[in-house]
Amino acid sequence: MKREMLINAALMAGLLVVPLWAWAVDEPFTITLATRVAILALAAVGLNIALGIGGLVSLGHAAFFGIGGYAMGILASHAQTYDPIMQWPLLVEGTKVMPVIWIVAVLAAALAALVIGALSLRTSGVYFIMITLAFGQMLYFFAISWPAYGGEDGLSIYVRNDFPLLNTLDPIQFFAICFALLALALWFSARLAASPFGLALNAARQTPQRVEAVGLSPFRLRLAAFVLSGAITGLAGALFADLNRFVSPVMFSWQTSGEIIVFIILGGVGRLYGPVAGAALFITLEHFLGEVSDYWHIFLGLLLLAVVLFARGGVIGTLAGRKVAHD
Amino acid sequence: MTEPVLATHGLTKRFGAVTACEGVSLDLRPGEIHAVIGPNGAGKSTLIGQICGGIAPDNGTVSFLGRDVTGLSTAARARMGMGRTFQISALAMEDTVLQNAVLGAVGARGGAFSLFRRALADSDLRQRATAALERVGLADHAATRTAELSHGQRRQLEVAVALTLAPRAFVMDEPMAGMGSEGSKRMTAFLDELRAEAPILLVEHDMDAVFALADRLSVLVYGRVIASGTVEEIRADARVRAAYLGESA
Ligand SMILES: Nc1ncnc2c1ncn2[C@@H]1O[C@H](COP(=O)(O)OP(=O)(O)O)[C@@H](O)[C@H]1O
Ligand SMILES: [Mg+2]
Repeated sequence: MKREMLINAALMAGLLVVPLWAWAVDEPFTITLATRVAILALAAVGLNIALGIGGLVSLGHAAFFGIGGYAMGILASHAQTYDPIMQWPLLVEGTKVMPVIWIVAVLAAALAALVIGALSLRTSGVYFIMITLAFGQMLYFFAISWPAYGGEDGLSIYVRNDFPLLNTLDPIQFFAICFALLALALWFSARLAASPFGLALNAARQTPQRVEAVGLSPFRLRLAAFVLSGAITGLAGALFADLNRFVSPVMFSWQTSGEIIVFIILGGVGRLYGPVAGAALFITLEHFLGEVSDYWHIFLGLLLLAVVLFARGGVIGTLAGRKVAHD
Repeated sequence: MTEPVLATHGLTKRFGAVTACEGVSLDLRPGEIHAVIGPNGAGKSTLIGQICGGIAPDNGTVSFLGRDVTGLSTAARARMGMGRTFQISALAMEDTVLQNAVLGAVGARGGAFSLFRRALADSDLRQRATAALERVGLADHAATRTAELSHGQRRQLEVAVALTLAPRAFVMDEPMAGMGSEGSKRMTAFLDELRAEAPILLVEHDMDAVFALADRLSVLVYGRVIASGTVEEIRADARVRAAYLGESA
């Protein structure tokens, strides 16, 4: 446990030091890479609540990532054209204020997770994977065929959205926002994992009959976890769209869902900071191997195979040893 | 006669061509241990599944504390006070012994919707869990991973989790299965005292334990109750001897 905490601290320190160094030597591209890591890690921290604690292998988290992205895209595009989103029965206008966009993204993703979860959590195993995948694909095709917001081409935002007192166009300041939200989400999941709710959710993954026999409903526990999980991934989606100043249906694609799962597997399933390690490794590989070969995904595939076969605890598990039941 | 705490009325359950339970009616009264015995495949676990929820009967009803609970979920029955132990230990193997007991305490509290307080730092939950572990003799193993417990210790933990619920009735599926004779004896002594707290419906294979503990016995063969009565009556019953106890007399 001690050792895992040290590794976690080192990871976060690394994620902080690299962009600070890049800022000092004026390498904005590296700051952007680190921001990507923070945002994608945040998306995976969301999924990790459902997958790591609850054992729910959702292949549809792109749905929440995309909803977060489109929440940002829709609000900001209306704000930049001064065209209200709706006028009747009440006037709703767009906004360029990040915290407002985040709240909308989180609520919209949570609502979607409530509906998708309520329907798909009736199944389990491969069926659950397939149904969540199907919901993700539904939203993907919906986004493609929705001309009001760019359809297949997506939506561009001219300037990044605003955050009170900060200059979000400065890469290091935008990184700071994303890093702070990641740290907050990690703190939240640590509390969650140790709470009575986390204890029961973790038990429902291992032995649902027992959870029922003590008077708790595994379905409700999982649904609550799925909603929290989707909400956090939705927040990451809004940040990701803001990073690129662009949203497109690709955010909804099953490849996106797959990548979020890959971060967790690479980092170590059920490890609190696994998503950070996984996303950092993934982006680093993408960056360096991507330069060497267009087929870098093949290397990634081999690496995944190696993790699944030989290092089931992923990066964190390999470095920290077996998971200790926390006391 | 006192009102039964728990009763089944004509429970019938078929799995395709197999009739696992047929018209099973039995009850559990305050302060007693009612043992259900029968050969393998007689339908004992199916009976327990219908009593505790999880298996819906084709016919018949279950009443608990004077209420028809046939349509209620397993969790709802547990919240009413049904304390179940499983034939095959159903425990969170990756978690510690204490965490498993705390899970029971969380259930006893009526919900797990506290997202922020640390479960193991909650003195209420912890006390309730530790008290149950002490009673079954597992307090020294509180910090042990459940996967590292011996088979017998897991059976004890099963009982401890049920104890945290302070149930109104215990429903136990072979609590002594696979225990050594020493463990069996200790569990027998423990259940002997436990019946004063809440009556126990006890499915058990260990005949020594059953004959030592049971106030009443029901014998299940091919899903039917072929005899029901005191230990003496059952021992004397010719059909039971033919069908189950074997012709040793
Ligand atoms: N889910 C099931 N599907 C089909 N048959 C079952 C199922 N559960 C139990 N049975 C059958 O019902 C009968 C009773 O089983 P069970 O209740 O487990 O007996 P016991 O606990 O007395 O050994 C057996 O013949 C068993 O094969
Ligand atoms: Mg059985």
